[in-house]
Amino acid sequence: MLEKINIQKTCIIEGHQIVVDDKLVWSGAGVLPFSDFAKEAFLQLKIDYPKFYKMDALSKLAFLAAEYILQGEDTDELALVLANKSASLDTDIKHQKSIQDADHFYPRPATFVYTLANICAGEIGIRHGLQTENAFFVAEEFSKETIYSYVDYLLKSGKAKRVLCGWVEYFQEEYRALLYIF
Amino acid sequence: MTALNEELKRKIIDVLNLEDITPTDIKDDEALFDEGLGLDSIDALELIVLMDKDYGIKLTDPKLGKSIFQSIETMVAYISENRTK
Repeated sequence: MLEKINIQKTCIIEGHQIVVDDKLVWSGAGVLPFSDFAKEAFLQLKIDYPKFYKMDALSKLAFLAAEYILQGEDTDELALVLANKSASLDTDIKHQKSIQDADHFYPRPATFVYTLANICAGEIGIRHGLQTENAFFVAEEFSKETIYSYVDYLLKSGKAKRVLCGWVEYFQEEYRALLYIF
Repeated sequence: MTALNEELKRKIIDVLNLEDITPTDIKDDEALFDEGLGLDSIDALELIVLMDKDYGIKLTDPKLGKSIFQSIETMVAYISENRTK
């Protein structure tokens, strides 16, 4: 069974700070809305990826955490196993508001496509060309037993050489991303 | 730039989250899809919603979309002829 000792790298994004392997990589100034923090964190990466600006908050958070942890890493046969508590609820609510009023019924396609929890995993997959296993679990808390056992299975069965896994939670400005590479 | 051209460009930039792009960056005859602005299929759906919401134009024939959304110029021409708002 996998243990902490098997973790090769970590990335935490919370409180407008990005920490990779216990080292503060970047910190957003002052009290910013998540969207502003995410934009600044993205600009720090100095990558050309305009699709970022079209993502919802959950996908931006997942994208950023993956981008920072995967810098300099080989993504060959890298599986993806993510989890959170709120699924895509933040975006679901935005979508619901756009269709609430029958007289003003204008659902936004660009919002609707993010009303599924695992879309954020898809965004990571697209960015890094991942064609491996990926899964997204929704639970009250990050279950080490469940997630680690699934990661262990992926590695031992040869379905992946390495696994990027962790917790990516966003709901109404409250957020936390914690990713590991096994 | 006519008022409607400017207005449409601002709406497109806003609705499609085109970061760091201003109305002056978008040429009136520039291709909106594939090359040029490089918009995608989701952006196309957003433009259909924009036409309905802001100009009262309901696009029921998908085949028309390709010609209407070729450029700002073609969109402005269509909006001018068919708007109900």
